Amino acid sequence: MRNAFADEITKLGQEDGRVVMLSGDIGNRLFDKFKAAQPERFFNCGVAEQNMTGVATGMAMNGLRPFTYTITPFATTRCLEQIRTDAAYHDVPVTVVSVGGGLAYAGLGPTHHACEDLAFLRAIPNMVVIAPADSWEVRAALRAVLKQDRPAYIRLGKKGEPVVHAGPVADFAIGKAITISEGADVCLLSTGNMLPEAVEAAHLLKDQGLSARVVSFHTVKPLDETCLAEAFARFPLVVTLEEHSLNGGFGSAVAEWMADNGPQRARLLRIGTPDAFFKKSGEQEYARHLLGLDAASIARRAADALAPA
Amino acid sequence: MNAPAQLIDAKALKRQAAELRGVVVEMCHRAQSAHLGSSLSCCDILTAAYWDVLNIDPAAPDDPLRDRFILSKGHAAMALYATLALKGFFPRDELVTYNQDGGRLAEHPPANQLPGVEAATGSLGHGLPLGNGMALAGRINGQDYRIYALLSDGENNEGSVWEAAMFAATQKLENLCVIVDYNKWQATDRSNEVLALAPLADKWRAFGWDAVETDGHDVEGLARLMRKVPNGSGKPVAIIAHTVKGKGVSFMEDDNNWHYRAPTHEELAAAHRELGLA
Repeated sequence: MRNAFADEITKLGQEDGRVVMLSGDIGNRLFDKFKAAQPERFFNCGVAEQNMTGVATGMAMNGLRPFTYTITPFATTRCLEQIRTDAAYHDVPVTVVSVGGGLAYAGLGPTHHACEDLAFLRAIPNMVVIAPADSWEVRAALRAVLKQDRPAYIRLGKKGEPVVHAGPVADFAIGKAITISEGADVCLLSTGNMLPEAVEAAHLLKDQGLSARVVSFHTVKPLDETCLAEAFARFPLVVTLEEHSLNGGFGSAVAEWMADNGPQRARLLRIGTPDAFFKKSGEQEYARHLLGLDAASIARRAADALAPA
Repeated sequence: MNAPAQLIDAKALKRQAAELRGVVVEMCHRAQSAHLGSSLSCCDILTAAYWDVLNIDPAAPDDPLRDRFILSKGHAAMALYATLALKGFFPRDELVTYNQDGGRLAEHPPANQLPGVEAATGSLGHGLPLGNGMALAGRINGQDYRIYALLSDGENNEGSVWEAAMFAATQKLENLCVIVDYNKWQATDRSNEVLALAPLADKWRAFGWDAVETDGHDVEGLARLMRKVPNGSGKPVAIIAHTVKGKGVSFMEDDNNWHYRAPTHEELAAAHRELGLA
């Protein structure tokens, strides 16, 4: 996702003279092509995320389309008030792009984990919150935010994740979930970098004779309510998947939707990270396994939830 | 864009500042709101900016080529509202709606609803980063407008101010000017006893700015410094304006109770008398 972002933003920088890239001293050599092509529209803002976000807002107030970029906790939590009070309150098109969403950088320890960002950003008025599932969705999301005129947050994973889409997502639209594959027994709604696990979980369920619909629910805010209404009416079980805390993230948003929209046929199973810091060393795959976010755990929990009591 | 209507005469600028103070004290009395002392300490700075320095047109508040003035010390909103109304950005009558239910004039300047307000402020330490972005946008868009950000001395406590100061120096934002309203008080204590600000001008210099200290109540002197931006140094400019909190009304001057207190009817009348407005 990271390299797709750098590549696509370089293209967008060439196509659109309003695009400005602001980096929080991160991504060694990642933006060399952008810098070479648009030296006057690239700024290494240093390890100073509050200023970076304010700078982006000042630019967006004056017709530019700035993108801020650094590791998730520093792009979001560190400068949350600037995102809220500068970018969102003024309602200007600043796009915050963060790398290392969820446990993508598990090995770096809890200072670099980001399992609260969706909750924080989702609570801010005017914000659009997008967690693309793979490199193709990253590219599509960047183009989509550039077409709107408001603040947005795009949460990336890391580099080299599995690619789910076969090619460019031509019909990508903010707030419109994408069905990856159809099924009848359970609906897996996945946001962000969990999609490959969801796809794999569907395969494992199939081996047990259960068919799963897999949906890439890339936009956490605004929610695709049409998709939710249809899924909750049709399936006995809807599962939300996110590499994010169960407090306040995607699953919470869906639970809020349920509470506000009357009795539903489906029951909801929310899978995400617990209300705890992940303190062990080890990489993302290990962390997912331990926290029950891997495909096998997802398939098992979904099958258990479907089994007659 | 029209040239600013300049009052060249120092006496006229002084009278203008007194009128501004009179309006501010009356607004505070009517609304019984906080931050009168902070508003009075920056009236001369606002007078210099709006009645002499800024290239602005109240009839075209969104002109892309206008100079930008950011009241980063947003708690002095009364002074900004009075200034904008007196300049004609919105009707003077609207000032009576300050802090009243349903109006546009909240206790801190709002976003996107009041002509002439460049940024919603009130949370300290936001104005200068915004100013940096505006300055870079001007550079990218090929516009040579100037940006003035008025900070309080207490605001210099915020780390984001110093992030922004380093950034402005790195980018050589010579069209950017910070004015610090150095009234020596913050909300609950002497600023230098809360956090060691002094030597404040040296701090800004050390962060790569062309810093100068001046009497923050000498309107003409302030205007002269502010007009000279960019000043040829290739650096952003910091004007450390030594001021008195509550300036202009003897019984409010340097008395920090007026950070939160509002005047009674009698105190309003006395203030107006002292300002030569009664």
